[in-house]
Amino acid sequence: MTKLDSKIPEGLVAEKWDNYKAHQGLVNPANKRKLDIIVVGTGLAGGAAAASFGELGFKVKVFCYQDSPRRAHSIAAQGGINAAKNYPNDGDSIYRLFYDTVKGGDYRAREANVYRLAQVSNDIIDQCVAQGVPFAREYGGLLANRSFGGAQVSRTFYARGQTGQQLLLGAYGALNRQIHAGTVEMHNRTEMMDVVVVDGKARGIITRNLITGEIKAHFGHAVVLATGGYGNLFFLSTNAMGSNGSAAWKAYKKGAYMANPCYVQIHPTCIPVHGDFQSKLTLMSESLRNDGRIWVPKNIEDSVAIREGRLKPTDLTEEQRDYYLERRYPAFGNLVPRDVASRAAKERCDAGFGVGTGQAVYLDFKSAIERLGEDLIRERYGNLFQMYEKIVDENPYKTPMMIYPAIHYTMGGIWVDYELMTSIPGLYAAGEANFSDHGANRLGASALMQGLADGYFVLPFTIQNYLADEIHTPRMNVDEVKEFIDAKANVIAHIDKLMSIQGSRTVDSIHKELGHIMWDNVGMARNKKGLETAIEKISALRKEFWKEVKVPGTADSLNIELEKANRVADFLELGELMARDALHREESAGGHFREEHQTEEGEAKRDDANFTYVAAWEYKGDDVAPELHKEELKYEAIEVKVRNYK
Amino acid sequence: MDLKIKAWRQKDATSKGQFEEYQIANITEDSSFLEMLDVLNEQLLAQGTEPIAFDHDCREGICGMCSLYINGRAHGPDTEITTCQLHMRKFKDGDTITIEPWRSGGFPVIKDLMVDRTAYDKILQAGGYVSVNTGGVPDANAIAIGKIESDEAMDAATCIGCGACVATCKNSSAMLFVANKVSQLALLPQGKVEGARRAKAMIATMDELGFGNCTNTGACEIECPKGISISHIARLNREFLCASARD
Ligand SMILES: Cc1cc2nc3c(=O)[nH]c(=O)nc-3n(C[C@H](O)[C@H](O)[C@H](O)COP(=O)(O)OP(=O)(O)OC[C@H]3O[C@@H](n4cnc5c(N)ncnc54)[C@H](O)[C@@H]3O)c2cc1C
Ligand code: FES
Repeated sequence: MTKLDSKIPEGLVAEKWDNYKAHQGLVNPANKRKLDIIVVGTGLAGGAAAASFGELGFKVKVFCYQDSPRRAHSIAAQGGINAAKNYPNDGDSIYRLFYDTVKGGDYRAREANVYRLAQVSNDIIDQCVAQGVPFAREYGGLLANRSFGGAQVSRTFYARGQTGQQLLLGAYGALNRQIHAGTVEMHNRTEMMDVVVVDGKARGIITRNLITGEIKAHFGHAVVLATGGYGNLFFLSTNAMGSNGSAAWKAYKKGAYMANPCYVQIHPTCIPVHGDFQSKLTLMSESLRNDGRIWVPKNIEDSVAIREGRLKPTDLTEEQRDYYLERRYPAFGNLVPRDVASRAAKERCDAGFGVGTGQAVYLDFKSAIERLGEDLIRERYGNLFQMYEKIVDENPYKTPMMIYPAIHYTMGGIWVDYELMTSIPGLYAAGEANFSDHGANRLGASALMQGLADGYFVLPFTIQNYLADEIHTPRMNVDEVKEFIDAKANVIAHIDKLMSIQGSRTVDSIHKELGHIMWDNVGMARNKKGLETAIEKISALRKEFWKEVKVPGTADSLNIELEKANRVADFLELGELMARDALHREESAGGHFREEHQTEEGEAKRDDANFTYVAAWEYKGDDVAPELHKEELKYEAIEVKVRNYK
Repeated sequence: MDLKIKAWRQKDATSKGQFEEYQIANITEDSSFLEMLDVLNEQLLAQGTEPIAFDHDCREGICGMCSLYINGRAHGPDTEITTCQLHMRKFKDGDTITIEPWRSGGFPVIKDLMVDRTAYDKILQAGGYVSVNTGGVPDANAIAIGKIESDEAMDAATCIGCGACVATCKNSSAMLFVANKVSQLALLPQGKVEGARRAKAMIATMDELGFGNCTNTGACEIECPKGISISHIARLNREFLCASARD
């Protein structure tokens, strides 16, 4: 187990980052022009990194599959971004943000990384304001804050219900400025198909132009993957339709370890599923839990009556409602972390108290509207209420919203060390694509913080420590180096194989089937038997895919079915690794809930003696079991406790 | 409900396109418009026909990737939403629905209903940002900004870059799009510094890329899925005049 070196700097946790920066290698301006960096992804992590690299003077190539970098999935983040500014003077500090994040992650995150995240959080807000991000303000002209789950302070900065959009447009502006300056070359509608490794170091990527189908090789002295999370593996999730795990999976197959793939976040407040044709689930931001109260009827008869349409939620008196989060967790109430809130909703619905289809609970603004007035609620959440009304055709100002948990975020991802370098030298992973900061559960408003921290304030330093030794490496000619030629040929062969099957099943039908297997067995509650079943079923479905999938059209033109088939082929492998990881982790931690490991009250029960480690999986071949490496987690600045929100 | 779909099919940028008609049955009114197209595409696949290509990603009205001209209106019959947020309850059983791509010289068709909107990126590259590098900036609360100005900047900043304003405009003008960025940044002290230069550079690029002039018809404002007001165009004009006066 000594193969994993997380390269955590010496010193007290509060001093590590400063120590690192004081001693790291740097590249002088003249040499920067001679070094190429490839960045895959233009979300908060990739966009911020690429722009910052360009400003520093590196030569950067950036890739995204959408038609514009501005459309990366970060755009959809609604609620906000955390920072330890303590502007409201309510007791916040860098240490408290660090502490809340480690505790929220159920003590399964790396202390040093999280501390650094909390440290740079304040710089992010300064940076965004300087870029012209219109954060919400008070009448006095200063920035406004709100609260998110898992915190007792108000540290979340926001721009209405469109925070991700505004932050991403800030990063996109910075990126545009570098594109204009010629330091960054943008490749939109281009999908990364493989990572190229030469003499043990990442040296480039192979891409497919989604319009022409052209397969091309690109060289870089270093490669950054900022390709987002793999939640779409479940078919139904809050992620964008194109979100995928392919870049991470290709890296895994080239030797990068996948860490904690079973840690998936299920968000408690999403619009419930309504039919088989459904293509995605819509999130109702966690910020709504600032003012909304979650409940189901206290009497099961009332739930039945509501489901059968004989009773309306507004008919029930206060005494007839069970505000179960406030009842079970008086200290945090409706603002418990997501994993806790999701499981509590499932518990009530499984017990028969659900409303709507039976798989839904209420999120009610009645008391907030009475207390604050409809106008203030409209100002805070207007666009979310509008979104809800358009989808469900009900007015949430008048009748409570119906919500249910849905797949939202992946804490697991590519293993990285303190420098955000993967186990392949020269290959980095940033943002949701890496595993680094959220342990087994992410707190709300922390993904935007992490993406921008990685992109603006971590990678621009750490990548130089690597590139400082690369100044003598000349650019490679991709048409002559064997590894590039081979990788390109493999991609073409992979695509030809997909095109040649011409079976009887559409990509979506197989993807939906995979989604059902995952949701039923590797979802909110997991057990040994279910996980073993999932592994068998996924393996069978994978065989079916490679025998029966049907991809029409040609490979050398725009072909949406081929794009989907490429991604689903990888999901069918990654899904199995997730189930394996979940099976091996014989404890409950954060988003990973093993039914065998719970307290009498139904709370998650960790096993710190045996599982205080990061599970990093190494690919060993298609038909060989992956090898598990363990990175022990040591807590020096925080005392590990049972997570308690009561 | 049962529907007849008349969709624009075009093999690639250089081919000539035409409408094709399809029948589709049993669509529930709770499904979204794009889910209806998903069902149609699954049906086409079963018949061995290539599915209809259309752009989409977030499916919640924020990424700006979806487009579509539906029954003669950008983003369809509902107001202040994108096509991905449009639901089938806005249609009736037996309806014929005509679906076309955005039609504008600035947005050439790539395939079927997909168009190339990189012109928008190019306009923003010309100056749609504040010229600051990462790091070394003042504290976020160092400059107070009035809530009214800040809220108005946010109104403009909600633009999702979908292109509905251009597609709707009889002149194919990108003025509302350009105005949103210019106005957002002109309203904030951080952006005000480069305001005039920005307006000039972005308008010059817009003209070069083949978008038409604004004749104040106001059609863009009506079809904007984010309901952004054309008052921002007035602010753009002010910034632009200010820049020209200095020349
Ligand atoms: C609906 C929703 C709301 C959210 N709200 C919040 C919130 O309020 N606060 C918060 O902190 N977090 C929130 N999150 C989480 C947060 O938005 C994401 O975790 C974060 O934005 C991810 O950023 P990223 O840069 O890592 O990746 P993304 O923004 O997902 O970007 C991925 C990039 O990679 C590119 N890419 C992917 N695969 C390939 C490939 N194979 N080839 C080429 N390019 C590729 C894509 O084109 C894209 O540019 C929310 C998430 C969702 C889904
Ligand atoms: S798909 Fe994102 S706005 Fe419609």
